[in-house]
Amino acid sequence: MMLDTLFAPLRKLGHSTINAIWKLGVMSRFLLSILTHSGQSLLRFQLTIREVYFAGVLSLIIIVVSGLFVGMVLGLQGYNTLSRFGSADALGALVALSLLRELGPVLAALLFASRSGSAMTAEIGLMKATEQLEAMSVMAVDPVARVVAPRFWAGVISMPILAALFNVMGIFGGYLVGVVMIGLDEGTFWSQMQNNVDLHFDVVNGLIKSLFFGIAVTLIAVFEGFDATPTAAGVSSATTRTVVTSALVILALDFVLTAFMF
Amino acid sequence: MQNDSFIEFKHVSFGYGDRLILQDISLKIGRGQLVAIMGGSGSGKTTLLRLIAGQIRAQQGQVLVDGRDVGRMNQRELYQHRRRMGMLFQFGALFTDLSVFDNVAFPIREHTSLSTEMVRDLVLMKLHAVGLRGTESLMPAELSGGMARRIALARAIALDPQIMLYDEPFTGLDPISLATIALLIKKLSDALGTSAVMVTHDVHKSLEIVDYVYFIAGGKIAAAGTPDEVRASDSPWVHQFVHGEADGPVHFAYPAQQSLAGSFGLEGA
Repeated sequence: MMLDTLFAPLRKLGHSTINAIWKLGVMSRFLLSILTHSGQSLLRFQLTIREVYFAGVLSLIIIVVSGLFVGMVLGLQGYNTLSRFGSADALGALVALSLLRELGPVLAALLFASRSGSAMTAEIGLMKATEQLEAMSVMAVDPVARVVAPRFWAGVISMPILAALFNVMGIFGGYLVGVVMIGLDEGTFWSQMQNNVDLHFDVVNGLIKSLFFGIAVTLIAVFEGFDATPTAAGVSSATTRTVVTSALVILALDFVLTAFMF
Repeated sequence: MQNDSFIEFKHVSFGYGDRLILQDISLKIGRGQLVAIMGGSGSGKTTLLRLIAGQIRAQQGQVLVDGRDVGRMNQRELYQHRRRMGMLFQFGALFTDLSVFDNVAFPIREHTSLSTEMVRDLVLMKLHAVGLRGTESLMPAELSGGMARRIALARAIALDPQIMLYDEPFTGLDPISLATIALLIKKLSDALGTSAVMVTHDVHKSLEIVDYVYFIAGGKIAAAGTPDEVRASDSPWVHQFVHGEADGPVHFAYPAQQSLAGSFGLEGA
């Protein structure tokens, strides 16, 4: 009895570890199933385009506005720090490199997970709860091919484009603060950026990062929706799980990718 | 009963874990027949429909549709089988992101390559058949429960199925909508010549329209017969069900582990 109480937390830990590994396995099989059922999303591309609209186009506002503000803050903070060392001229390079390598892909992915990932989970979860997925399957239409795969590809396509837009807006924000507001030399701002930013090393690597984030976030979102308990509480906790898991996975994946890339 | 059976259950058993839902069920549904499966909530009626649709597989016995065992079909065969089948879900299960028109057009677009004009004509014909041609541009959220059920019916018959499955088609409807749905089910079954299985616990409306009734209780077939035979039945179980009596062979109280006195700590007092 005593021993039982002593080992209870250990048992709980073991149980949740096994569960997590089990879920990872199920998710990998789900990804495989999405890939093998992707024919329709590519052949009937308008299905995917429709989802790109919901996941990508409708996220534009939040991405554009956040990108602008992040760039402006970078401009202010960067100027404050750099001017202490007399190298305020390097502001353009600082803003561009921070955004392209890290902030752009990571923040855009975090925003994408909370805006579009959560919407995908809630939508698929509700479709499950209201028997829509079952109705589809009874009509001999595979829900993975018709509902999940187009959303997955839409997320994978949208994410790098959104990250690129975030970068562009961020750099513009940095320019507004550095050049227009503080009055740094415009030519120096841009030429510093041009000299220090490498297309392959910085820009492409950043976009590759956001592609990985896109795959991870969208997979988590569609999986959580498809796997949700078909009740109001089930859909709600699945949506929360999507945002929390995505955020953790983005940050962990960012560390791993950065370690390999830079 | 019928010799020319289209759907046949042969000694079918099914359960979840240790809990058996259906035990050794055998029944036949003839071509063009409308058959009702009745029983209390949780008696395994919907499980029967899911077995016919191949969403679950029998653990013992066979479910034959047109002579083929649904339980042995692979994914491809199962989808071919489902293309000949229409199902009306309890609350319609309309796709909420699509308009009424797109909902009804959904199976046609997915399974045929008909021209846009042809799809339009077919959809309008199906909507006309359920009396809701004027609703084509509405969204499901704008429909009443009865209308949503009729649209779902139009969608289920979009590809002129040979088998129709109705899962509690009368639940939650006002008397007028209920009568309309019942009339439509009868008319469509006659017009399309489909073999139809209707799971329901609405005794009186069902007896008016069906050709045959099976009663399920405790996972077994408790009684069966034509509507006239059911009305004349002297089985206490059928009598309780048809007349909606609270107590009878089916007990009012769920069996408890302890006696009532025990639950209140009064045992031996």
